[in-house]
Amino acid sequence: MNVIQVEKLSKTFGHVTALDGVDLKVQAGEVYGYIGPNGAGKTTTIRVLLGILKASAGSAKVLGQDAWTDAVDIHRRIAYVPGEVNLWPDLTGGEVIDLFLKLRGSDNRNRREELLQRFDLDPRKKCGTYSKGNRQKVALVAAFASDADLYILDEPSSGLDPLLEKVFQDCVREVKEEGKSVFLSSHILSEVERLCDKVSIIRQGKIIETGTLSELRHLTRISVGVQTRVPIVGLHDVSGVHDIQKEGDWVSIQVDTERLPDVMKHLSQFEILRLESGPPTLEDLFLRHYRSTGGAS
Amino acid sequence: MLRDRGHQTSRLLRLILRRDRVRIAIWLVGITLLTVVVASAYTELASTEQERQVMAETMRNPAMTAMLGPGYGLDDYTIGAMMGHQMLLFTALAVAIMCIFLVARHTRGDEEYGRIEMLRSLPVGRLSNLSATGLVLLGSCLLIMLMVGISLSALGIESLDWSGSLLYGAALAATGLFFGAVTALFAQLAETTRGTVGWSVALLLLAYLIRAIGDVGNEVIAWLSPLGWIVRSQVYVNNYWNPVFLTALAASMVFAFALYLHSIRDLEAGFIPARPGRRSASRFLQTPLGLAVRLQRTALIAWAVGLFVLGASYGSVLGDLEVYLETMDLIQLMLPAVEGFSLTEQFLPMLFSVISIVSTIPVLLMLLKLNAEENLNRTELLLARSVSRNRLMSSYFGIALVVSMVVQLLAVLGMWSAGVAVMEDPMAFETIFNAGIVYLPAIWVMMGIAVLLIGFVPRWAGGIWLYLGYSFLVVYIGELLQIPQWMANLSPFGHIPKIPIEDFSWPIFLVLTLLAVGFVVAGFMGYGRRDIQG
Ligand SMILES: Nc1ncnc2c1ncn2[C@@H]1O[C@H](COP(=O)(O)OP(=O)(O)OP(=O)(O)O)[C@@H](O)[C@H]1O
Ligand SMILES: [Mg+2]
Repeated sequence: MNVIQVEKLSKTFGHVTALDGVDLKVQAGEVYGYIGPNGAGKTTTIRVLLGILKASAGSAKVLGQDAWTDAVDIHRRIAYVPGEVNLWPDLTGGEVIDLFLKLRGSDNRNRREELLQRFDLDPRKKCGTYSKGNRQKVALVAAFASDADLYILDEPSSGLDPLLEKVFQDCVREVKEEGKSVFLSSHILSEVERLCDKVSIIRQGKIIETGTLSELRHLTRISVGVQTRVPIVGLHDVSGVHDIQKEGDWVSIQVDTERLPDVMKHLSQFEILRLESGPPTLEDLFLRHYRSTGGAS
Repeated sequence: MLRDRGHQTSRLLRLILRRDRVRIAIWLVGITLLTVVVASAYTELASTEQERQVMAETMRNPAMTAMLGPGYGLDDYTIGAMMGHQMLLFTALAVAIMCIFLVARHTRGDEEYGRIEMLRSLPVGRLSNLSATGLVLLGSCLLIMLMVGISLSALGIESLDWSGSLLYGAALAATGLFFGAVTALFAQLAETTRGTVGWSVALLLLAYLIRAIGDVGNEVIAWLSPLGWIVRSQVYVNNYWNPVFLTALAASMVFAFALYLHSIRDLEAGFIPARPGRRSASRFLQTPLGLAVRLQRTALIAWAVGLFVLGASYGSVLGDLEVYLETMDLIQLMLPAVEGFSLTEQFLPMLFSVISIVSTIPVLLMLLKLNAEENLNRTELLLARSVSRNRLMSSYFGIALVVSMVVQLLAVLGMWSAGVAVMEDPMAFETIFNAGIVYLPAIWVMMGIAVLLIGFVPRWAGGIWLYLGYSFLVVYIGELLQIPQWMANLSPFGHIPKIPIEDFSWPIFLVLTLLAVGFVVAGFMGYGRRDIQG
């Protein structure tokens, strides 16, 4: 069963089209990454999934139920962490965590204490005095202390220091091992690469790529630098080669991953002296897509 | 699925109580105490039949009708009739304001600050928070009804019987319910807390004005306003319950509509759409001063219009007052004509004492906006640029100063123009002008204290409202109850000469103005030195 099934989802705010025919399928047990530039529509998608925004068109199903009409039922089985956590300034962190746990109906004291320790959070302070990262921790503890089937996380690690980011990633891996699903929107690509099985890229309200990490890597380019005895010629005519730059006898190029064998064959004709290559990263793909946004919407 | 909409309402209700138990308790006790104190003061003030009848005669005055509602039971003016006529409306206004703040805080307030989002991601019904707020509102109003009702009847004053006291409390409760429900409705329409409170208070003032105009002129108009219904319950004399039931019914209808709107809208959206803004800042916006004006623009315009209308509605009473005073012998005896002034002119200071306190509200709002911006971490955005603290604060202060003069002048203009229209023998503009403008130093002292608070103890800056409330009580109730002079003197408004009956006094003007200047200077120094929270 798909834990999230979104079909042709559109959402407009007055004249602004935030989502324009989005399709998503998250399978049980998957950690699903959702990435895209600022204002692309990630938060809007998540809020439709939570049933706090009503879809303008299309359908959104979570755990097999309709996101808007069956919101309460669905919410018994999911946990959510927003990108910006706002809490009641007059309650303490501990009170807020308990409130959230009670509202969900699960009350696992041990798990709560363990997470408080791991995230290094003092639950006796009033939320009004917490820093941004500390408020984020409150939401994370409340989310991971609850026994959910699906975790929806909207840029959950923004504001966490590297140490806590690692704690967060461990938590995600643990719930994955328990067979739970995670839907994770993020700007931190290394985090997505490390955690996610599958990724969708959204831009201006439309999904532009979807696939497993290795499928997407296939779409990325490898940067290759090469020094040869004989000056290289004819590179322009080899398909899959981009961004040719020459500095003396050092040539650096970008190569489409799937064209690499052909390109190497071509290069080897010129007697290679030195060769360097960078690993294919999501970042390249990301930047390529982001740049072609052509400015603001 | 219908049941789901209110899922976990009781837990959210406990959350609201957990956060607000002290706040609500203070309001409830405050309102009850005020009522009880005034009721016992009446027994001392008007212990004999004659004293009460003299007071009854002054209540036939249209200016009183405009302020308090139509008089009733004047032929046998008991303490009960006095309470019902003189105190019910203003206590109801206080209850309404309490309910407006209560509801706005827990609906749009929590939503605007992004706190509802977390709740709604949990198994919590779409309508649960609004329902919980409604239940807290209902509970608070019922408590007011019981606390006020029981304590009034427990005073053992003959005319304050059990059934009348309960109706008195019920009238307060119904008003609170109605304006709480109205606030719940505006919380669906407006996208911000400020908008929600602003619209609700505006509607409250409008209801008051419509009632005033209707009570003096045309009964039918008065029925357009829920406050007009409340004052027609004739508490302690005829004990009509129907106006109270009507108000409660209207409240539940308004609240039901709010629930409906809430169930169909997106979280954090409103029905009054925000218009698309400008692509770049106008030249005007490019200074802290321009920013401060821009942020408050709509509110300032609304208050300016409001004060003109308030002045005009009091002014429109002047014609009736003139006729009334000519026909009344008794009051002529009571208020021996001051040489050279018409009797109408003698009512001016009373009208302006109320107007001036209302004028102070937009002035303080402007100043406190600086504080609100700090709480939202937005002043640091300016201070981190090449804007000094002095420049920032003087922007807000400068605007507040201009606002104080403009709104007071508009109220004067409103009263004068309406007066000209309705009076046979209109008052000179100069008389009205002087009677209004003489209150400015008192407003400035309030400004000074606000600046002082913002400069030294920003957390308590909101306390200025308590002081303004106190000032209102002493000028307003002081007028009716003849409270000790020292109590009036604790408010700057208590020192202002009653022009035109009394003469303008340079010493008072100078002392108050210098006091204000001193507070302001000290406040600026404090603001320059203290930590800025954000
Ligand atoms: N209530 C709203 N009214 C009007 N426009 C909105 C509203 N909410 C979102 N938008 C618009 O919808 C688009 C998508 O916004 P969204 O918050 O989903 O972006 P995002 O992908 O989460 O961005 P970020 O990475 O910055 O968090 C943006 O253009 C935004 O301006
Ligand atoms: Mg976002």
